[in-house]
Amino acid sequence: MKITLQHIDKSFGKVHANDDINLTIPSGTIQGILGENGAGKSTLMKILTGYYQADSGEILLDDMKVKITSPEDAVVRGIGMLHQDPLDFPPMKVIDNFLLGTKGGLFPNRKQVENEILRLSNEFDFQINPDAFVETMTVGERQQLEILRLLWLGVKVLILDEPTTGISANQKDKLFATLVKLASQGLTVIFVSHKLEEVEQLCNRVAVFRQGKLVGEVDPPYRTDQFVYLMFGKNVEVGEKASFCTDDTYIKLKNIGLEDYRLRLKDINLEIKSGEIIGLAGMEGSGQRLFLRMLAGLMRPVSGNIYIDGVDFTGKNYHVFQNSGVAYLPASRLEEGLIPGMTLTEHFILSEKHRELFVDQRSAMDLTEERIKTFNIKGTPVSQVEQLSGGNQQRALLALLRKRLRLILMEHPTRGLDIESAIWIWSKMKERCKDCASIVFTSSDLDEILQYSDRILVFFGGLVSPPINAKSTTVDELGQLIGGKGW
Amino acid sequence: MEIATLTTLAGIVEYAVPVLFASIGENITEKAGITNLSVNGTIILSAMGGFVVSMNTGSLLLGFLTGALIGAAVAAIVAFSSITLKQSQVAIGFILALLCRDLGYFLGAPYTNKPGIFLSKVPIPGLSEIPILGPVFFNHSLVVYASYLLIIITFVYMYKTRPGLMLQGIGERPTAAFARGANVKALRYLYTILGGALVGLAGPMYSLAVKIGWAGQLSGLDGVGWIALAITIFGGWNPLRVAFGAYLFGGLQQLGITLQSTTDIPIQILQAAPFPLMIFTLLLVNVGRAEWVERELAAMPEKPRKVISKILRALRTSPPASLGVPFEND
Amino acid sequence: MSIQTPAVKTSANGRKKGLLDFGIRLSAVILAFVFTSLILLLVKADPLEAYKTLVTGAFSTTSKITSVAASWVPLVIATSGLLFTFTAGLWNIGMEGQIVLGSVFAVGAFRLLDNTAMDPTLVIIIAFIAGALGGILWALLPGLMKVYGGVNEIFGGLGLNFVAKTIAIWLIFGPWKRPGVASSSGTEWIDIKYRLVNMPGTNLSLVILIIAVIVAILTAILLKGTHFGLKLKAIGKNYKAAYLLGIPTTRYFLMAFGMCGLFAGITGAILVTSKQYSLIPDAGFGYGFLGLLVAMLVNYHPIWSSIVAIFFAALTIGNTQLQYMGLSTYFAGVLQGILVLFVVLVDGLRKRLVRRM
Repeated sequence: MKITLQHIDKSFGKVHANDDINLTIPSGTIQGILGENGAGKSTLMKILTGYYQADSGEILLDDMKVKITSPEDAVVRGIGMLHQDPLDFPPMKVIDNFLLGTKGGLFPNRKQVENEILRLSNEFDFQINPDAFVETMTVGERQQLEILRLLWLGVKVLILDEPTTGISANQKDKLFATLVKLASQGLTVIFVSHKLEEVEQLCNRVAVFRQGKLVGEVDPPYRTDQFVYLMFGKNVEVGEKASFCTDDTYIKLKNIGLEDYRLRLKDINLEIKSGEIIGLAGMEGSGQRLFLRMLAGLMRPVSGNIYIDGVDFTGKNYHVFQNSGVAYLPASRLEEGLIPGMTLTEHFILSEKHRELFVDQRSAMDLTEERIKTFNIKGTPVSQVEQLSGGNQQRALLALLRKRLRLILMEHPTRGLDIESAIWIWSKMKERCKDCASIVFTSSDLDEILQYSDRILVFFGGLVSPPINAKSTTVDELGQLIGGKGW
Repeated sequence: MEIATLTTLAGIVEYAVPVLFASIGENITEKAGITNLSVNGTIILSAMGGFVVSMNTGSLLLGFLTGALIGAAVAAIVAFSSITLKQSQVAIGFILALLCRDLGYFLGAPYTNKPGIFLSKVPIPGLSEIPILGPVFFNHSLVVYASYLLIIITFVYMYKTRPGLMLQGIGERPTAAFARGANVKALRYLYTILGGALVGLAGPMYSLAVKIGWAGQLSGLDGVGWIALAITIFGGWNPLRVAFGAYLFGGLQQLGITLQSTTDIPIQILQAAPFPLMIFTLLLVNVGRAEWVERELAAMPEKPRKVISKILRALRTSPPASLGVPFEND
Repeated sequence: MSIQTPAVKTSANGRKKGLLDFGIRLSAVILAFVFTSLILLLVKADPLEAYKTLVTGAFSTTSKITSVAASWVPLVIATSGLLFTFTAGLWNIGMEGQIVLGSVFAVGAFRLLDNTAMDPTLVIIIAFIAGALGGILWALLPGLMKVYGGVNEIFGGLGLNFVAKTIAIWLIFGPWKRPGVASSSGTEWIDIKYRLVNMPGTNLSLVILIIAVIVAILTAILLKGTHFGLKLKAIGKNYKAAYLLGIPTTRYFLMAFGMCGLFAGITGAILVTSKQYSLIPDAGFGYGFLGLLVAMLVNYHPIWSSIVAIFFAALTIGNTQLQYMGLSTYFAGVLQGILVLFVVLVDGLRKRLVRRM
C-alpha cells in the first residue's frame, strides 16, 4: 500500500511535535525513519496508527484520503504497528493472544486458528508454539508473534518501532530477512530507529527527523556523516575515551550463584577495580539485572561470597551496602528512582543523613538550588519530579547520589535520553571514577557499552562470559556472544 | 451415609451460595481491572432492600431484582469514581462499604423482624433421587441451582469466549486491549456494574433464601462481604478456585451451626472463626512474594530451596496486572 | 533572590487555590445535605426538622455541648493516629479493633490492680499505658503481616477487628463476667476512684481534653515539620524509591502502625475511664471507622481534621435525639458517609476539570 502524508502538523502545548511533515512511501519499500528521541518519529507513527489525530494535514492510502480514528481502525485499513515493547498479554497463551480482539462469534474456532499460527510460523521459519505462555518467550519471539498476528489480520503496512532493542543478533538477522521478504511481497515496511547502522543496512530510503521537522530524505548509497549531520544539525563529539581504572581491587566476587524462578547463574568470579567501569551486555532478562541487584545487596546470592574492600558482605542488605559506599540507579526512574508527588527539595532532604528531629527548610532549599545549578536541571526547588523531562529526571537522580561513593550500579543509564544528555551524564560519571568510584552498568546499546566500559561481561541464557577487554573487542564479536554464538 | 451427614453437606452447598455470588461478581469486576471494595455494605443494603420489596409486593422475583439493582447502582458509583474521575478505588469502595451498611440498617429499621416471604425448596425430579448426590446437590431452592450455572457460565465465558478474552485483556494490559479495538472504559463500566449486580444478588439470597428475614444488625451479615473479597484473592481470580473458596467458607459456617448445638461455645466466637482463617489463607498465597522469604531461601541448600519455592509458587496467586490502575487512551 | 521568587509565588497562588478548594468542598457538603434530605423524605421524615433536632441535640445546653467535646476527644485522637498510617500510604482499617484492645488492656489493668494499695492516679496512668500497649500490639499484627507476609493491611486489619470484638465478648461472657449472670451490657464497672472526674456541671473531663489537644498538635508537628514525617510521606508515595534512597521502609511502616496503635490504645483507655467505665462488646464505638471518614473528608490534613471532627462529634451526639422523631440512630452514619462520598466525588470532578484545562 502506498502512503502519502501531506502537511501533517501536531502540537502538544508548547511542543511542536510534528511540523508540516510531507512524506510519500510507495508500496514494497522499506522506509527508514531516523531521528533522536523526541525528534517527532513516534508522534508521526501514532498519527498514522490512530492514537493521535493530526491538528492539520492529510493522510492518503493508495491515493485515497482517509481519517484514521483509532489503532483498531488503522489495522482495519491495513496499517499495523509493532511496538518496542510488544503490545501482547504475557500471562496468556499464544493462541489466546491471537484471538484477543478478533471479530466473530462467541466461541472462536481454536483448532483452525492454531493451524494458521503453525502455517504462518513455518512460512517465516519461526518457532512459535500456540500453547506456550507469552511470558515464557523472549522479546524477539514476542515480536515474531506480533508480526504474525498483524499479517494474519491482513495488514499491508507494517510499522516497527525500535524493534532491535533487546533482541539477539540471530533474531535481528531473522527479523531483517523477514522484512525484506515481506517488502518483496508488496508490503510497505516503516522502520523507526535511531541506530544508523541498522537503517543503512536495511532501508531502501531514509527520512531523517530533527526537532519535529523532516529535515531530509536520503537514498542509497548512504554516508554516515551525512546522517549524523542531519540528525543533530552538527557533528557530535563523543567524549574522549579516558580510563581511570586502577590496580586496587574494590569488589571481589567468589563463586557467586544467582537464582530466580526463571534463571540460574553459576560460579561467577570477578574482581572489580577501583575506578573501573564494567558494562553488562546481553538480551534483556539474561541475568544482568540479577547481577546488578546482587552487587547492590538487593538480592542474596544462593552461593558464593561478596567481598567489599576485603570484608565479607554476603547476605547483608541494601542499606548496609549503601552505607559502605554503594549506590543503585534503577532503570524505571519514576517507579523506583524518584518519588512522584514530592518536590526536588524534599528529595534532597531525604537523600542526606540527618540526626536532628526537625527539617531545616532553609538550608535544604539552598542545597537544592546549588545542586540544580551544578547538575543543570531544568526545574525549581519546588518542582515535583514528575513534571521534569526524562533527561532532567536522570540528572536529578545523579544529583541525589551521595558525595563519597565507591560503587555505582546503573541500569540503562541513558535509555530514552537525547545524545547530548547521554554524553553529559557519562562525563559526570567519569568524574566519579576519577574519585575512585567503580561503575557497573547495563545497556542494550552495544555502542554505549563499548564506548564507556573498561571491561565487558556478556550474559546469555544463564551463562556469564569471562571479562572481555573493551579495547580488544568489536560490536560484531559482542553481538555473536549475546546471540549465543562462540561460547 | 447417615442422614445427618447428608444434611450437613447440603447445608454447606446452601450456605456457600450468597458468598459465591458475591465473590464471583467481584471476580468479574476485578478481572476487568477495577476493585469494588463496597461489597460488605452492598450485601447488607440489598438484603434489606430485597426483603422489604418482596414483603410489600409479595413477589420474590422483585425482591431479587431489587438486590441486583442496588448492587449495580453502588457499583456504578464505584465505576464513575474510579474510571471517569480516577479517584482512589480503595477510598470510594470503603466509604460505600460503610455508608451502605448504615443506610441498610437505617432504612430497614422499621422492618426489623417483620414476617416476610421466602424461597422454598424445589427438588429436581430424577436428579434428587440419586443416592448421596441427590440430597446434597439437587434438593434445594432455585438460587442454589442458579449458583451451579453461575460457576460454569462465568468460567466458560472468561476463558473460552471472544468477549471473555477481551475481559481478561482490559484487566491485564488495557493499552494492548485498546490497540485491539476495545473501548476499555466502557467495558470496565460494564463489568463493574455487572459484577456489582451479582454482589447485590447475594443480599436477597440471604434474606429471602439462606438466612431468612431481616433483623438489622442481628442478621449477622456484617463481615460476609469482606470474606467474599478475600475469597476472590484466595481464588486467584479464577471462578473455579473462587467457588472452591466459597464452599470452604460455607463448610466453616455449617460447622459453626453444628458446634453451636453440640457445645456451649458462644455463637459470636463461632461467627468470628472465619476471619483468622481468612488472614491465614491470604498469608499462604502471599508469603512467597516477601523479600525476607527470598533471602532465607537463597541461604538454604539447594534441595529444600527447590521444594519450598515450588510449594510457594503453587500457592501464590497473581492479580490482573492492571488491577486498580486507571486507563487513558494514549 | 532566585530562591525567594518561586516560593513567594506559590504561596500567593496557594492562597487563591486554597480558597477555591474550600468553595468546592462547601458545594460538596451542600449537595450531600440535599441528597440526605431526599433519603429522609423517603422514610417520610421532615428533613428540616431532623437537621434542627440534630443541632439542638448537640448544642442546646452546656451539658450537650460538653458531650460533643467528650465525643470529639476520642475521635480526634483516633483520626490523628490514622493520619500516620495514611501518610505512609496504609489503610489501617483495623483501628476499630485496636481501640477495643486498648479498652481490654485498660480494663484488665484496673481489674488486676483493683485491690492493691496503689494510688488511684498511678493506677489510672498504668491503665493508660496498658491500653496503649494493647493498641500497639494489635496494630503491629497487621503491620507485621503486611511487611513480612504480604497480606494487604485492609484484610489483616478487618479480620483482626472481628477477632478483637470476639475477645471482648469472650471476656464479658467468660473470665470477666459479672457476678451472677453474664450480660451483653458488659463487665462490672471499674471502681469510682478510677473514673476520670468531669468538670462541674459538664459531661467532660479536663484531662482527656488536654490529651486530645496535645495529640492533635503533636501529630501536626510530627507529620509536617520533621524528618520522620517526611520519610513517612516518601514511603507512602513510593516505597520502592524510598527504600533505594536509604529509608528503612520496613521499620517506618511498622512505626506508622505503632503510632496509630498507640493513639488507638489511648482512645480505648479514655473510653473506659471517662465514658463506659467497663468493657462492652462494642468497645470501639465505631470511632476507628469514623476517624477514617474524617481523614478522607479533609484529604488527610492534620489541622482540618481536628475541626471537622467537631462536626462529626456533634452529629453523633445530636443523633441520639432523633429517636424521638422515630428515626434510627444509624442516621448519623448515613449522613457522615454521604458527606465523605460527595466530597470525594466532587474533588474528583474538580481534578478532572483541571486535567481538561
